[in-house]
Amino acid sequence: MGGLAGGEVNRDEHDYALWEKRVDAMMMLLTNKLQIMTVDQLRKGIEALPPDAYENMTYYERWIASVTNTLLDEGVITADELASKMAAIEAQAQAHAPEAG
Amino acid sequence: MSGPSDTHDHGHHHDHHHDHDHMHPYDPDHHHPHREDQDDTMTYYKVMESAVRELLIEKGLITPEQVHRQIEHMDSRTPANGARIVARAWVDPDFKKRLIETPKEAIAEIGHDIGPMHLIVLENTPEVHNVVVCTLCSCYPRWILGLPPDWYKSRAYRSRVVREPRTVLREFGTEIADNREVLVHDSTADMRYFVLPMRPEGTEGMSEEDLAAMVGRDAMIGVVEAGAGGTGQLAAE
Amino acid sequence: MARYSVGDKVRVRAVFPPTPPTHVRTPHYIRGCVGTIERICGEFGNPEELAFGRRYGPRSTLYRVRFRQVDVWPDYDGPAADHVEIEIYEFWLEPVEGENAA
Repeated sequence: MGGLAGGEVNRDEHDYALWEKRVDAMMMLLTNKLQIMTVDQLRKGIEALPPDAYENMTYYERWIASVTNTLLDEGVITADELASKMAAIEAQAQAHAPEAG
Repeated sequence: MSGPSDTHDHGHHHDHHHDHDHMHPYDPDHHHPHREDQDDTMTYYKVMESAVRELLIEKGLITPEQVHRQIEHMDSRTPANGARIVARAWVDPDFKKRLIETPKEAIAEIGHDIGPMHLIVLENTPEVHNVVVCTLCSCYPRWILGLPPDWYKSRAYRSRVVREPRTVLREFGTEIADNREVLVHDSTADMRYFVLPMRPEGTEGMSEEDLAAMVGRDAMIGVVEAGAGGTGQLAAE
Repeated sequence: MARYSVGDKVRVRAVFPPTPPTHVRTPHYIRGCVGTIERICGEFGNPEELAFGRRYGPRSTLYRVRFRQVDVWPDYDGPAADHVEIEIYEFWLEPVEGENAA
């Protein structure tokens, strides 16, 4: 994106949330320790997200989407495993969630 | 572990159709504002993170302890590490020479391991001001400074600083004289960059520790000069 | 073995990749530009192969190439002495005719 037009740099910062640090940590373990995927695959996976992913997803959302796609592509996890695990986690979260709009 | 993947065919193995059910960046139900930072709400991608992590643990590929240790490891990488390196270089010319010529070894001298990073140290001088960006993603000397600030990863910074560096620097309050070169480093591949800022005037005789307190993160990225802004800023105002 | 030496003038190939999926590690804005080899970084795995998980392919020499900002951006509004330096793999570079020693 070098050279494209853009607005003023927004210098607001946030502290990384635990889940973001976990995504980062998983990526480091997958690349450096396990060598299941490469940083280059992470980048390629981010580039392969829909064009508006940059607006609609946060940084570590793009990372986890790319990591997940790579693990699916590499056959490390299957789409069925992922779907049932996500459903279970969502059900669990809802069971514990307070009433919310 | 996952078997050699270099047999992969170039093209069609890499479509992402099979997981579209799980990937809905468009879906308004999953939309939420940027920089959301509340751990108590479960978003779609937080669920995905938990699911992937649990699956990797169940398959015996990673352990919760490894994730925990890795997070602690990154949390220990902070701009204060970089500030110590800069302060040492300011007071010890021989160290500065080694830092520029063999950064990994020089940094190890003060007890810091930069891991797998290939580092290039960029010395600011009266003739040259260096500033670092990664226009392709967000490469950053994380093994020294920790994780990058949000603005470093932003579209505005990444797209503009290569094309109008002086304007962007001005937004950070940094004015570089016209007779001083602005040198932008686009961190596109395997190198990582660390700016060695100029020692501020009037700091003769200061201790290494006090000097380190003048060096903020942003000075080591090159968007400000040492002593201006950043985490360890002196209370000069 | 590095094909270029420090100080050589090189042009960044102006090719654009074929249809996706592919992965390119040379920024768009620098393609077609002429610069000077600033340093040789060493041999690294080709990211355009690594992006597909192929870890064991041939390595490529990585250079840092120095460009005048006024050559990169025709409307650059800073001094002519300003530069940008970028890491570029050897297969993205071609010699500039008549500029380098044989």
